[in-house]
Amino acid sequence: MIEVNDIHKSFGDAHILKGISTTFEKGKTNLIIGQSGSGKTVFLKCLLGLFTPEAGSILYDGKDYSTLSENEKRNLRQEMGMVFQGSALFDSMTVEGNVKFPLEMFTKQSQSEMRDRVNMVLKRVNLVDAHNKFPAEISGGMQKRVAIARAIVMNPKYLFCDEPNSGLDPKTAILIDDLIKEITEEYNITTIINTHDMNSVMQIGEKILFLKDGLKEWEGTKNEIFKTDNEAVTNFVYSSDLFKKVRQMYIEERH
Amino acid sequence: MNYLASIGSYSMMVVEVFRKPTKWRIMKSLILKEIDELVYGSLGIIIFISFFIGAVVAIQTALNLTNPIIPRSLIGFATRQSVILEFAPTFVSIIMAGKVGSYITSSIGTMRVTEQIDALEVMGVNSLNYLVFPKIIAMLFYPFAIAISMYVGIFGGWLAGVFGGFLTSADFVAGLQTDFVPFHIAYAFIKTLIFAFIIATIPSFHGFYMKGGALEVGKASTTSFVWTSVVIIILNYILTQLLLG
Repeated sequence: MIEVNDIHKSFGDAHILKGISTTFEKGKTNLIIGQSGSGKTVFLKCLLGLFTPEAGSILYDGKDYSTLSENEKRNLRQEMGMVFQGSALFDSMTVEGNVKFPLEMFTKQSQSEMRDRVNMVLKRVNLVDAHNKFPAEISGGMQKRVAIARAIVMNPKYLFCDEPNSGLDPKTAILIDDLIKEITEEYNITTIINTHDMNSVMQIGEKILFLKDGLKEWEGTKNEIFKTDNEAVTNFVYSSDLFKKVRQMYIEERH
Repeated sequence: MNYLASIGSYSMMVVEVFRKPTKWRIMKSLILKEIDELVYGSLGIIIFISFFIGAVVAIQTALNLTNPIIPRSLIGFATRQSVILEFAPTFVSIIMAGKVGSYITSSIGTMRVTEQIDALEVMGVNSLNYLVFPKIIAMLFYPFAIAISMYVGIFGGWLAGVFGGFLTSADFVAGLQTDFVPFHIAYAFIKTLIFAFIIATIPSFHGFYMKGGALEVGKASTTSFVWTSVVIIILNYILTQLLLG
């Protein structure tokens, strides 16, 4: 579980996060949504420890990140897996090399143990014939799968995903969403996904946090988001015709 | 103020490079890869340029020796001094600032743009140690390339001088041995080692801290070349004053 208490983050004069508090539960897919410029990425980078908030605290299973020593922070980071928007695979390494990288860096496993673990996670993300290919040689969807495999190879407690299905076709996007949800339940991890894709919200969103102008505007479940009267949320959710029709149908059903 | 801030950031980067070292098993292969990319991969251009510059120095010296009182062996002497003191350590280093420096900036800059550096940081890897330390160690082998440059430059001078009909081989060799000061070799290698550190770290700094996209990677490469060259030229003056002045 991750608890966020009143965090603030600025860059120069720009006050990006203006006091956000929330809780992300274990074994659930937590989604952060909001328009571009709402502070989603900065918030996620604060959760990852890439940015240090000026005020407030972030607790990972009760441990306050700001009070940890450098070594403790490093150990905690090894419990985090991250799937970046562009996958962020290492160009100079093969698929196998990318997935094996965290094991080589932080474990004392033998080559055969590492190979077994890599094979297992690649099989888990349905990638079995791509071990020796380089990132440039595989599709965007496959790159995302490799990124997920790399993120879970160390058995993380926390999984972070930044726009995991951006740039993917709708069918592959659904497969990636499903994969993340399955892994979250299977490994019982705290998953936080940064997205502005309403399909993902419908598909896998168990808890949804809506950010606007660096503030928490709304939070709830995927069922509640269609019933809310919060104007900023409804403007965001019903910006597409498809969801406008879904809402219309819901209102008609209610009457 | 911006320059001071950049110097401060650069100093902090250099300190960070030596902290939280990466496992030796991984670092070893990274160092070997960088030696191959940065030093071995540059030998071709170093040899090519050194040969012709050495030849040109010899020809130009010969063409300017119009006074019959001045011995022809001076061509060998001038070639040796020019190549060892300035051409090989400084001129080649500026060429390397372009070749190796732009490679370092663009490769690290691309990793920044594509979030590969963020990926390293999230995993708990000291990305500066992982990316820059192997380059610094690899560049410790740079003096070997400069030694080859010195040899090839002088050989180019000999070839151009003798086969161009400007002097005999014996005159050239006599010139090479005239007033030889062994410390000049030490001076050249001291400069080379310092320039090697500059070539490894300044382009890394520009790549690591760059912001923006693909266009900015190109701009960062250009900026890093300019600054690496400027620092090499200034340090060349300071080191010459300190070591030979």
